[in-house]
Amino acid sequence: MLAVDGLHAGYGALRILRGLDMRIERGEIVAVLGANGVGKTTLNNTLCGLIRPTGGAITWLGEPIAGARPERIVASGLIQVPEGRRIFPNLTVRENLELGSYRRARRNRDRNLERVLIWFPRLGERLRQQAGTLSGGEQQMLATGRGLMGEPQLLILDEPSLGLSPRMVDEMFGLIRRINAEGVTIVLVEQNVVQSLGIAHRAYVLENGVFALSGPAAQLVADPRLKQAYLGL
Amino acid sequence: MLADPVFLLAVAFNGLTVGAIYALVALGLALIYGVLHIINFAHGSLLMLALYAAFFLFTLGGVDPYVAVLALAPGFFVFGYLLQRFVIAPISFGRDTNVLLVTLGLSIIFDNLALYLWTSTTRTINVPYAQTYVDIGVTAVALPRLVALGAALLVGVAFWLLMTRTDLGKAIRAVARERQGARIVGISVEHIFAVSFGLGTAVVALAACLLLPTFYVTPTVGYAFVLIAFTTVVLGGMGSFIGALLGGLLLGVVEAFSGVLLGESLGQIGIFLIFILVLLFRPTGFFGQRVA
Ligand SMILES: Nc1ncnc2c1ncn2[C@@H]1O[C@H](COP(=O)(O)OP(=O)(O)OP(=O)(O)O)[C@@H](O)[C@H]1O
Ligand SMILES: [Mg+2]
Repeated sequence: MLAVDGLHAGYGALRILRGLDMRIERGEIVAVLGANGVGKTTLNNTLCGLIRPTGGAITWLGEPIAGARPERIVASGLIQVPEGRRIFPNLTVRENLELGSYRRARRNRDRNLERVLIWFPRLGERLRQQAGTLSGGEQQMLATGRGLMGEPQLLILDEPSLGLSPRMVDEMFGLIRRINAEGVTIVLVEQNVVQSLGIAHRAYVLENGVFALSGPAAQLVADPRLKQAYLGL
Repeated sequence: MLADPVFLLAVAFNGLTVGAIYALVALGLALIYGVLHIINFAHGSLLMLALYAAFFLFTLGGVDPYVAVLALAPGFFVFGYLLQRFVIAPISFGRDTNVLLVTLGLSIIFDNLALYLWTSTTRTINVPYAQTYVDIGVTAVALPRLVALGAALLVGVAFWLLMTRTDLGKAIRAVARERQGARIVGISVEHIFAVSFGLGTAVVALAACLLLPTFYVTPTVGYAFVLIAFTTVVLGGMGSFIGALLGGLLLGVVEAFSGVLLGESLGQIGIFLIFILVLLFRPTGFFGQRVA
């Protein structure tokens, strides 16, 4: 459903992505792995229209979307839960979730809100609370719930386990699996390699601006090159 | 005289009716500041343009300002929207300091255009109801001032409903604090910037229509109001909408009382005294949030 061909992107003279090729099929969980600062978030933001690619093509549901406006990309069902959560701290939890359907699935807002609260019951107890007062884990849930409110066809999760306690991380990965089981295709950007490969079908490993490794998760777990990429051995 | 509670109430109420206009002008300024994070230096000039628009609608078209507001508020919304989206934003290249300079430039252009087209003559309109006084118990108030106060309160309520009950209002608040997050849910930040600028301009047009029956127009009429509006916004807390409204009303009362104590012409001294005191002792204002 998503095809990336020869994608280039960066910041001014700083070229971060240098020719990425990627395929995502409907129903998959695909992990994108890579060390700090290698360009994972840059890739997400380019897919979502926040950064203009300098070259290459992105084809989403058969349409070219490289360089399209972010609101158009959201409207078509490609939605991300960003790094750092980016929730609206001055709005209530409920308002945050409501804005998740600002551009898409507005009509199903009530139904989707119920669904999200079943996935994240802790948010249900805090609907009227200012989102900025939530704990880190709760904020991550809120950001994820907000993403789901738009009925994504593809949900990109950028480091959902960052800053969570080990127990919360387990909970998060369990939830990602459940969300996927309900038909949402997922791109999981993570540094938590072992756990990500545990739930992903396939994975890409980003290194020096290109995907150095890719393949089924089960194969990559055992691949010595992955260890090398991560530990620099 | 100063110990007479009826007299004090009368002064306070008169102050509120003047403060209503300050509140509206400040609300527009606070909205634009709160969302775009810039001081709109063209705010006073926009008020001046709206006053001239209402003035000419009355003198040339015979349209009462209270009727004209139905056209001027939406008209100025569109004007403000286009101004931000197609003039201010493109010229500024997304830099806040540039935005500041562009609004300053616009205000110079507007002011001089007004001076050139309409000269520095002080203009007033004559409406019969300006001399109509309504007895409110403690004092009699000129009808237009009562209308202004009522309208300001109504706008306050409408504004609150817009901000808390509609997606547009929530999006405006979202953009004010978390632009990237807003983009991620598919909010067009450029659109929301322009809508906020448009709303701020529309409120100014409303203030102009409420003001004209008891006031005058000159090309520089906006300055006094913008200075007070700026004080109001600082007093209420930069970007706080409720703070701007309450601050405006309060400043009207302060001005009324210092007018009684120091003489009419010195009434505004009280306002600037407060401005300085707030900056000294509570620089974030009474409703503002400390910036992390
Ligand atoms: N707005 C920006 N302007 C300039 N350089 C940037 C910007 N954002 C990121 N970079 C640089 O681009 C590179 C890739 O950043 P990116 O955030 O995509 O990495 P990442 O893989 O997501 O890292 P992490 O795992 O730490 O989140 C980094 O070297 C970073 O310093
Ligand atoms: Mg990142």
